[in-house]
Amino acid sequence: MTGTVGQFLLRRRGGRGWHWTDVFTWVWLVGGLVLMFGPALWLVGSSFKSPAQLAEFPPTLLPYVSRTAVVPGHDKPLPLFVVKMENGETRELAEIRRIGIVAQMVDPAKPGEIVRVNIQNRTPAREIGLATGNYTEPFVHFDFLRYLQNSVFVTVVATLITLVTNSMAAFALSKYQFRGRSTVMLLILATLMVPLSVILVPLYSIISTVGLFNSLWGVILPTVATPTGVFMLRQYMLTIPDELLDAARMDKASEWQIYWRIILPLTAPALAVLAIFSVVWRWNDFLWPLIVLSRKEVYTLQVGLNTYAGELNVQWHYILAMTVVTMIPVVLVFVFLQRFITTGIAGSGLK
Amino acid sequence: MAGVLGRAAGVLAAPVAWAAALVDRPMRAWQNATGTNGMAAVFLAPNMLIFGVFVLFPLVINIAYSMTGGTALFLPDRTFVGAAQYERLLSCADYTDPKTCEEDQFWIAVRNTGVFVVFQVALMTVVAVVTALILNREIRGRSFWRAVFFFPVLLSPVVVGLIWRWILQRDGLLNAALFQLGFTPHVWLTDRFWAFAAAIGVSIWAHVGFYALIVLAGLQAIPKDLYEAAEMDGTKPGRVFWRITLPLLMPNLLVVIVLALIRAVQIFDEVFVLTGGGPGTSTMFLTQYIYEVGFASLLKNPGLASAASILMGGVLVVLTLVQLAVARRNEAKGKRQ
Repeated sequence: MTGTVGQFLLRRRGGRGWHWTDVFTWVWLVGGLVLMFGPALWLVGSSFKSPAQLAEFPPTLLPYVSRTAVVPGHDKPLPLFVVKMENGETRELAEIRRIGIVAQMVDPAKPGEIVRVNIQNRTPAREIGLATGNYTEPFVHFDFLRYLQNSVFVTVVATLITLVTNSMAAFALSKYQFRGRSTVMLLILATLMVPLSVILVPLYSIISTVGLFNSLWGVILPTVATPTGVFMLRQYMLTIPDELLDAARMDKASEWQIYWRIILPLTAPALAVLAIFSVVWRWNDFLWPLIVLSRKEVYTLQVGLNTYAGELNVQWHYILAMTVVTMIPVVLVFVFLQRFITTGIAGSGLK
Repeated sequence: MAGVLGRAAGVLAAPVAWAAALVDRPMRAWQNATGTNGMAAVFLAPNMLIFGVFVLFPLVINIAYSMTGGTALFLPDRTFVGAAQYERLLSCADYTDPKTCEEDQFWIAVRNTGVFVVFQVALMTVVAVVTALILNREIRGRSFWRAVFFFPVLLSPVVVGLIWRWILQRDGLLNAALFQLGFTPHVWLTDRFWAFAAAIGVSIWAHVGFYALIVLAGLQAIPKDLYEAAEMDGTKPGRVFWRITLPLLMPNLLVVIVLALIRAVQIFDEVFVLTGGGPGTSTMFLTQYIYEVGFASLLKNPGLASAASILMGGVLVVLTLVQLAVARRNEAKGKRQ
């Protein structure tokens, strides 16, 4: 059986044998698989571990939780331990309390009898389980729910504004002949060279002057007039035949209706790609929100995560779980929409 | 799934369509007043207004900022100092040794960025080309493998930084693996050399999939009959690579390299989360210097930060012009062939 499976897996096209390049290819691919997904999977696995488990070295592969037992006469469930008795047998006992190096333990089956055990002779009994508190507590006790809301707000609003303003500009630049059109194109092109990191200081002062410091709108507005978006949509709209517009004008359609009823629906594929890109961009933005947002109530997830991870005493169990939460939308995009992005990049080289 | 999404889109679209219909009346009035071309201005206005206020205007006044001093934020409140900020940034007794410079932090950042750019871009280009060559072979499930290498590209820099901080920390996965294999664990991120290497490695990990995709598109554009001809002549695979693949890939590769250079010069986010610029200043790069001087440190100096950002912007403009020139040359070559 294994022989046939092996034969099937190792069979080569044309029946030729294995060349060293074939071996190298599969080593590279499988190595890539481990290296690209491994760290993220390790993060997800770790995020379900309790703080005590995270402190273990070497770490366990899977998350475990301590088992507990309800013993009559005790209000709270007691932690279970596997105990090596003096006569050599092992028993599973629940710990009542610990005094120094001696633990007072009780057998759940015989609650009356108290056993004294040296703590060196016992190991916690545990089973695979998820410390889901890592996920719920940051939302309940910390501000992460607010951060999540802020991130969603920024992403959704910025993407909507990007789609509307960019498509309107692209429509004007692709379907109208007017004086100064090439100047406008050149201006937009020129700013492709100027990333946000070059204009941080003046942009910050403008945002403060118009009162958008510590406001989510201050995060949104500077990012929405993307030159890449305008270019991508314009290229696409250039392929829409002008006759279509002329026919609509014959039927007394206004220019706004032409944009709204004809151009936008026909540009839908390009708009979808831009929307996907915009969602990923805005969700992942870090440097600019870091500068504009200085009050905790307005933090986005990225800024909040960075702040908590930068504390002296990092609470990794919360940080890891919130990192996973921050990753979820992007992973969803990856799983369902990755094809659009990869073809978009291969076609135009935008990111 | 698709049905639900479609219905959701329909529900969401209804008020938008209603709003658009409402807008039509004033739009029509404007069109009657200014003619069809007047509408071009209307369509351009929102984008160009935002663009002008938040991109173009800051760009212009950045130069003014770089010539002023003091800690005031509002430009009219600032005092004119001429080229003093630039002099402060650029005055150095010995340019190879940042300690002799007036603004030593800046030169440390410049040196770090320079080293980072060279190693990161070189290594990443090699990895991207190898990955693309492999993805271009006849392998089963190619689109799956292509997606594998692309996955980290979508992750946010903060997530990337935290994932690797978690793996490289003292009790992290890497040390555990080394420990199990019998090696001595090492505290990677507090070691000057290894922290820098980690910055390079992590940024390659996060971005290589993007560049591999562009190289792959270039590889797929190479005509197949060239390879068939080479096979007929019994050419060795190595020779095929150096004589056919690489020369024909070169234009594409140049674009990749310049693009990677432009990104590497601005490196900030993931390294900042990974190392915070440390240990000491060993992984502090230019953008972080600008951020620290302009915003984060107690002794804020917006003028100095803005002068530094203009110097960095100058480098980026040169690189972009190179990129455009390369792209134009590629086009011209394509026409001649």
